[in-house]
Amino acid sequence: MEGTLALAADNLTSPIILFFVLGVAAAFARSDLSIPEAIAKGLSIYLLFAIGFKGGASVAAHGVDATLVLSLIAGIILSFVLPLIAFGLLRVMSRLSVTDAAAVAGHYGSISIVTFVAATSVAESAGLSPEGYMVAVAAVMEAPAILSALWIIARSGQQAGAMEEGLVREILLNGSIVLLVGSFLIGGITGDEGMQMIAPFIEEPFQGVLCLFLLDMGLVAGRGLREARSVLTAGLFAFGVVMPLVGSLFGLGAGLALGLSPGGVLLFMTLAASASYIAVPAAMRVALPEANPSVYLTLSLGVTFPFNLTLGIPIYLALSQALTGG
Amino acid sequence: MQTHEAKRVEIIIESIMEERLSAALIKAGVTGFSVLPVLGGSGRSGHWSGEGQVSRIGGMVNVVCIVRPERVDPLLDAAFEVVDRHIGVVSVTDCQVLRAERF
Repeated sequence: MEGTLALAADNLTSPIILFFVLGVAAAFARSDLSIPEAIAKGLSIYLLFAIGFKGGASVAAHGVDATLVLSLIAGIILSFVLPLIAFGLLRVMSRLSVTDAAAVAGHYGSISIVTFVAATSVAESAGLSPEGYMVAVAAVMEAPAILSALWIIARSGQQAGAMEEGLVREILLNGSIVLLVGSFLIGGITGDEGMQMIAPFIEEPFQGVLCLFLLDMGLVAGRGLREARSVLTAGLFAFGVVMPLVGSLFGLGAGLALGLSPGGVLLFMTLAASASYIAVPAAMRVALPEANPSVYLTLSLGVTFPFNLTLGIPIYLALSQALTGG
Repeated sequence: MQTHEAKRVEIIIESIMEERLSAALIKAGVTGFSVLPVLGGSGRSGHWSGEGQVSRIGGMVNVVCIVRPERVDPLLDAAFEVVDRHIGVVSVTDCQVLRAERF
């Protein structure tokens, strides 16, 4: 317990969290602080490129094994299943309509790549070396949850937009996924030699770039919360905190069953605990426009993302270390 | 100077739907349109701003088309098929153009 508290305290006073808090505080105080859109996009491109490449290089160094394939399958199954659990919880904990509840549920089966990046950073700070292929697990967990959400809607007799070809292409080939998977593959192909060549660019500046990116995320989350407080009932707020913990337990089970390292288990828990705020909202706006975007964006970005960043990741780290003996 | 009657159709729609709307307009025979960014605004769902959005999900665009009066109905039919279930505003105003053969 003492160790967990110390971890939480360390995490809360780390530069990345404090910059996130600064962003939230600035947004609440209505400061005009903002990160220009093009720079924010550049920062996110850098982070995806760096995390993907490092993951690929790590796989090249350690080799491909059956656990990689099983981890991918486990990730896909989790992404399909978690929305069903989230939907059940929402029906109990909130008064959301079936449409809104299904849309929110879809977000909780998918993942937040920024939370994943933050967890990777925490794992490295704790001296853990997560399996490099967790990057690929993150990529495959983006989309299945969208299908689950649409299945929930179809099963309840509500009208949902068809999964037209254009939407499938947009989901599977969205820029973040292409860059993450592409960098992962390039890292895997070029291996240690490639890593040596670009290490100064993707290792040293990484933490500083992450700080700036989380400052921007704090501003976005703070503004979202400020403007959408009215949709956030006590039940919904509780869901935004309980669901990541529930999801993380599924991630923990999967990680332990697969025999992953403590760092790998931490990342699996984080993936299962996080909620999407890029790929799934976009898909929901196209396929399920009747669902209220304020509800799902406020929950995933305004509640679950800050929770995971500040308290969730230290809890997942403590659990993963305690149960794997790491 | 000689001017000609035309209709100016403005469709404010979520950015995420822009490509679908453009495709529908082209399919309906609309030869030209402009897509303008919308900085922010306020509507039934409250105030919103394009600043600091995480992705295109929160943004809106304004698609402006100027067509001959007889082509406005097919255009609106095509646009409505796309925007029907979505947040947005469709408006039609009379306008004058100088070079009628271009519309």
